[in-house]
Amino acid sequence: MVEPIFTVNANKLPWREGLVVRDALTMMNYTFKMLVIKVNGNLIKKDDYDSTPIPQNAEVLVIHLISGG
Amino acid sequence: MITPEEYFTKRHPVAFPIWQKAVVGIAGAGGLGSNIAISLARAGIGKLIIADFDSVSLENLNRQQFTISQVDQPKVHALAANINSFNPFISLEAYCMKVTPDNLITLFGNCDILIEAFDDASQKEMLIQNWLEKYPQKPVIGASGIAGYGNSESIRIHRLDNLYIVGDTQSMLEEGISPIAPRVAIVANLQADLALELLAKQDTKG
Repeated sequence: MVEPIFTVNANKLPWREGLVVRDALTMMNYTFKMLVIKVNGNLIKKDDYDSTPIPQNAEVLVIHLISGG
Repeated sequence: MITPEEYFTKRHPVAFPIWQKAVVGIAGAGGLGSNIAISLARAGIGKLIIADFDSVSLENLNRQQFTISQVDQPKVHALAANINSFNPFISLEAYCMKVTPDNLITLFGNCDILIEAFDDASQKEMLIQNWLEKYPQKPVIGASGIAGYGNSESIRIHRLDNLYIVGDTQSMLEEGISPIAPRVAIVANLQADLALELLAKQDTKG
């Protein structure tokens, strides 16, 4: 049987029912506060990190916003 | 007096007329914003809307396009004067104020493209989130990861539909050390070039 997965910035991670965006950040050890996150192309608002589910095979993109300009 | 015909010579026959009609917003007039504005003004963007609450300080001169005589002037006014000194035909709106979710539409609602040129990461996030919420169809070009020097091949454009992030998305500022001129200018000019590309593409799509 093939284990269900999803990807974060092209890294394969094990998927399970009930995962939300916040879990993906924890799994990747992303500790940055300022982020842009897209799940399957949809922008996720900061307020929704704890409530937005990650579907199986989802493609999650996380970009750090770093100070400097 | 120079005429527009004399001034605007040797321009790209297809792209330049599109750029002349374009309105580009620049949020921030520091290291990124001052370089972006100058390049876009030279390229022939018709109108720039620039907002920044800050004034020029001596320590800005290591990377920002201002002069010693402009220290203490509002950045947006100093930048407008510098732009007009080489391009008197551009239309400029310069606002000396902090950009907030409340004034974002009033300031930049008429722009075809918004360029994020802030220093602070939480401001970057505020601008990008609010813009994409209000204008999902209008591109926003942000910057992330510009600190230090060297390793500039790690700087790239991350394309996420209408959101574009330019930078290495890694390099952190060290306490007490400013960004350094070349890398800031590289990122700023990638942002400016991307804006030109998107405008030309948008228009040719009809």
